[in-house]
Amino acid sequence: MHELSITEHLLEDCIREAQARNASRIRVIRLCIGQLRGIVPDCIQIYLDMLAEGTIAEGARIESETLPVKVHCMDCGKDGEITPHHLQCPHCGSMRLKLLSGKEFYIKSLEVDIDGDKSTASGNGLE
Amino acid sequence: MEIKVLHQVMDWNEDVSEEVKETLSAHHICMINVMGSPGAGKTSLITSLIDKLRKDWRTGVIEGDIAGQVDAERIADLGIPAVQLNTDGACHIEAMSIQHILPELPLDDLDVIFVENIGNLVCPAEFRIGESLRITILSIPEGDDKVEKYPLMFTDTDCLVLNKYDMLPYFDFDEKIVCANYETVNPGAPLFRVSNRTGDGIQELADFLAEQIRKAQS
Repeated sequence: MHELSITEHLLEDCIREAQARNASRIRVIRLCIGQLRGIVPDCIQIYLDMLAEGTIAEGARIESETLPVKVHCMDCGKDGEITPHHLQCPHCGSMRLKLLSGKEFYIKSLEVDIDGDKSTASGNGLE
Repeated sequence: MEIKVLHQVMDWNEDVSEEVKETLSAHHICMINVMGSPGAGKTSLITSLIDKLRKDWRTGVIEGDIAGQVDAERIADLGIPAVQLNTDGACHIEAMSIQHILPELPLDDLDVIFVENIGNLVCPAEFRIGESLRITILSIPEGDDKVEKYPLMFTDTDCLVLNKYDMLPYFDFDEKIVCANYETVNPGAPLFRVSNRTGDGIQELADFLAEQIRKAQS
């Protein structure tokens, strides 16, 4: 449920970014979330539905891309991808790994309507 | 149309965390963020550590709690400055909450502040609070799968405390798994085996903290 306060700030950021480009509506918010983080996109969607009411983000959809955990093996020297449930080098099985990525959490892009451009209206039932 | 953003979502918290850090550093205070599950032994361990550290440092506590006063009263019994931070149901402490409550502590008269975070292995790990040091407590009865299940809590910590270590013979807790997984997600980070009940290992942990406090203050 830490997603509630995160979503409040996420919404503010998205509205600020959208308004800076003169957007009149936010349709989609695309997030990138590293696999090591405890962020649940469905929770963000639920809170967003509540919080965005009456704003230009009302009805916006969260699309999230999960970024893999990438490691560098200190024993065999190769890079690889792992999951939190198999914390070992995919090449040699070593557990001496250096974490390269997997803790990301950022807004990648927004799908918006700019005044006079309704080409991307996705028919989400608001019109 | 699509607009590129590339904005770090947690910046709002990170920025305030940096401000808290600056305030603390101006007062030469080392703030220690103590995290772990409900029942891992956070309050008891903080109490024991304060006993060891208070002869050398003036210590205060910010007691995070979802509701209630029980833990704050246990800490207040020690006769040191303590404030209660009720999060009204929220599962973690944010930098902003710390920024608001700091003025309630006598900052000019403190060297160390312990923050007891909300009992939870997921949410507190996501939020920096301006701390100099993070401690994660895992107690033996919780099981040996916690590093794999809650990696961020173990990746982003400065030391892991295996508490209730005297319970090891009574539980199917494979210590080797925890140590290996911890080493994988947080290479080189220290691990302490402690029993707050018997007092074993507390001195070693206190010595480590003393060293870190000296570093944070210099």
